[in-house]
Amino acid sequence: MHREKVLLTHGSGGRRTRDLIEKVIVKIFDNPVLQRLEDSSVIQEARDSGGELVMTTDSYVVSPLFFPGGDIGKLSICGTVNDLATAAARPLALSVGLIIEEGFPLAELKKVLQSMKATADRVPVSLITGDTKVVERGRADGVYISTTGVGVVPEGVELSPGHIEQGDLILINGPLGNHEASILCARKDFSLDVEIASDCAPLAELMRLVIEAVPEARCARDPTRGGIASVLTEMVEHSGLGMTIDEEQIPVEEQVQGVCEILGMDPLMMANEGKMVVVVPGGSAEACLAAMRSVPEGKESRVIGKVHSGKPRLTLRTLYGTTRVITMPMGNQLPRIC
Amino acid sequence: MCLAVPGKILSIDGVAGVVNMSGVEVNVGLQLVPGAKVGDYVLLHAGFAIQVIEEDEALETAELLAEYIFPKDEQ
Amino acid sequence: MDLDRYRDRERVRELAQDIARLCPSTTVNIMEVCGTHTMAIARYGLRGLMPDGLRLISGPGCPVCVTPTSIINAAQMLSEVPHTVISTFGDMMRVPGTDKTLEERRAEGADVRVLYSVYDLLRMAEEEPENNFIFISVGFETTTPGIALAVLETAQRGLRNVCFLAANRLVIPALEALCASKEISIHGLLCPGHVSVIIGSDAYTPVARQFHIPCVVGGFEPVDMLQAIYHLIMQIAKGEARVENAYTRAVKGEGNSKALEVIKAVFEPTDAEWRGIGTIPLSGLRLREEYAHLDALERFDVKLISIPEPRGCRCGDVLKGLLIPPECPLFGSRCTPVSPVGPCMVSSEGSCAAYYKYEGTGHA
Repeated sequence: MHREKVLLTHGSGGRRTRDLIEKVIVKIFDNPVLQRLEDSSVIQEARDSGGELVMTTDSYVVSPLFFPGGDIGKLSICGTVNDLATAAARPLALSVGLIIEEGFPLAELKKVLQSMKATADRVPVSLITGDTKVVERGRADGVYISTTGVGVVPEGVELSPGHIEQGDLILINGPLGNHEASILCARKDFSLDVEIASDCAPLAELMRLVIEAVPEARCARDPTRGGIASVLTEMVEHSGLGMTIDEEQIPVEEQVQGVCEILGMDPLMMANEGKMVVVVPGGSAEACLAAMRSVPEGKESRVIGKVHSGKPRLTLRTLYGTTRVITMPMGNQLPRIC
Repeated sequence: MCLAVPGKILSIDGVAGVVNMSGVEVNVGLQLVPGAKVGDYVLLHAGFAIQVIEEDEALETAELLAEYIFPKDEQ
Repeated sequence: MDLDRYRDRERVRELAQDIARLCPSTTVNIMEVCGTHTMAIARYGLRGLMPDGLRLISGPGCPVCVTPTSIINAAQMLSEVPHTVISTFGDMMRVPGTDKTLEERRAEGADVRVLYSVYDLLRMAEEEPENNFIFISVGFETTTPGIALAVLETAQRGLRNVCFLAANRLVIPALEALCASKEISIHGLLCPGHVSVIIGSDAYTPVARQFHIPCVVGGFEPVDMLQAIYHLIMQIAKGEARVENAYTRAVKGEGNSKALEVIKAVFEPTDAEWRGIGTIPLSGLRLREEYAHLDALERFDVKLISIPEPRGCRCGDVLKGLLIPPECPLFGSRCTPVSPVGPCMVSSEGSCAAYYKYEGTGHA
């Protein structure tokens, strides 16, 4: 391919589209199922898998496309794999939808695809089918990606906030806010000169180990947009029980805290892309922590709160022993000066 | 109205400075603190340093206040 | 700078105990003038450490809360002019005008951009000479000097595509108007630490003297706020009414003379409307004659049209300290952060928003 940029003709369905798919996308993803270039693919991994099949989908529109710790490609794999992981599902296969802006440099597209491949291999999960469209300049912000994942839940396992009980403990696998802080700083809108790495990481293996060690785990959620404030208030709503988290236990890295203080934002509401909130019976917390800490993505795992019989709301126990209520975030946080 | 955070001046270039706050470097305007030097702590608000913070005085103040609030003979 | 010292649990506990020990047995109302104090008190859960009978009431020091609807409506009208960019601090994005917010205007296609620093405005204006940049200038004396510098820079550089919608306010006239109101029941003022960095703690002397009310300047860390409250309780218990500075590491008696100079060079006092309170004489700022060409309303010939508050809205009483948020009949029912009726619920630091966010609706 002698052209350097993706053009509208690459999305038109003809020769050029075939070229883009065969010579770039399929070549990079390097998967025997994809190489057949059929309109639909059999999920071979689903045969004899046992357990319930689950499916999830998500779209990725992040800007900038490349940021410290990751890029839109890596994000598109991790996000969907992690959604499957909240059900403790082993990922079987992913589909990929690409919407590419006319004029997007081919070299950058290749970088994104290579990142997707590398991340998928790490999980591991195969990319077995996909679609490509090209839209006029000014749309799609470079590239938008949509991924759908199919996974299988181990037999007998069913994670749900409905299973949460009084006395359960709330665990997290590491510090909060890194992803959103990373994006804010990478955008360079706010005169902040710091490189904070996103925590973007696939958590399928972490959750596999959790379920293996604690099959009685209640539920898991990945705190993406809206942060842990969002997932925990949702759990409160679904379970009808009260939850308290302990400010002293909540991990936030110094630089992320600095960004939050400067821009007036709350780490509890910041997005994460490599974190999982896990709720387990009180007596199982130690075993769960040991399992989580055995992988790099979980080395800083800890207990941050508990489920109790009080009013069905989410509260925070402050450093001073007082309590404040945490409500569902209203919308995305905006930097403030007041 | 008043969200301002303390940071340490790392470098000055005319009226522009770079301030370190918890490992985050922020570009700020130093026009409102004409006497500020590298190494000083300043309060940052919306992209400007609005005051030099006297750290030593802060220490003294805390001690003085402690004395004032908990005068030894009342304890 | 080690902030841990000002967040120290032991100090906080000791101060809370001393406040409880000294607090008179009658109801004491302390007004935290500044919205940032409201947020900080709520964030650290300090209300839970106060003795019963000590009420912390949020005052009008929330520039977003008190910016009149007329200004927000004007900003929206300006956003409809082709090739204009409305730039503002994040705080303003979700404040409703008569029927929509700036965020909603952006969704409709207006170019509305959030800034952290007004410097970004000048940089963007140079990069995009084809666009007219209008900055919605709100804030008290903490923020005004930076805006004034931006006005000076705009004039000096001869940037033709930048102008300002000036809605800055002054704290002292507002405090004087509040204290003069017969309805008010405030025994002490917790004065805004960062406004005081600029205006100086001496600025409160006329208020303390004229209205016989203690004024203590406080910082924003937990120890700072409790120390300030402690000083207030001490004075109230002894019937004193002095100005005290409990934030000496940042606040001087005379304030920041350079900042005051810069404000004075660019702005002059003018009568101004405060949402929920009404017009307070000489409590706002307008651009001086020599910078009038940078006034957005003049440049685009837009008039401010005063709008009354929605019926049933009690924000004015909340801002005056006559009502705490849960006492408003609309709180948590018709008026919530998702669909706010009045300014106190809208701003991230408005009394009602802080109450709702941190203390729940009080209905559960």
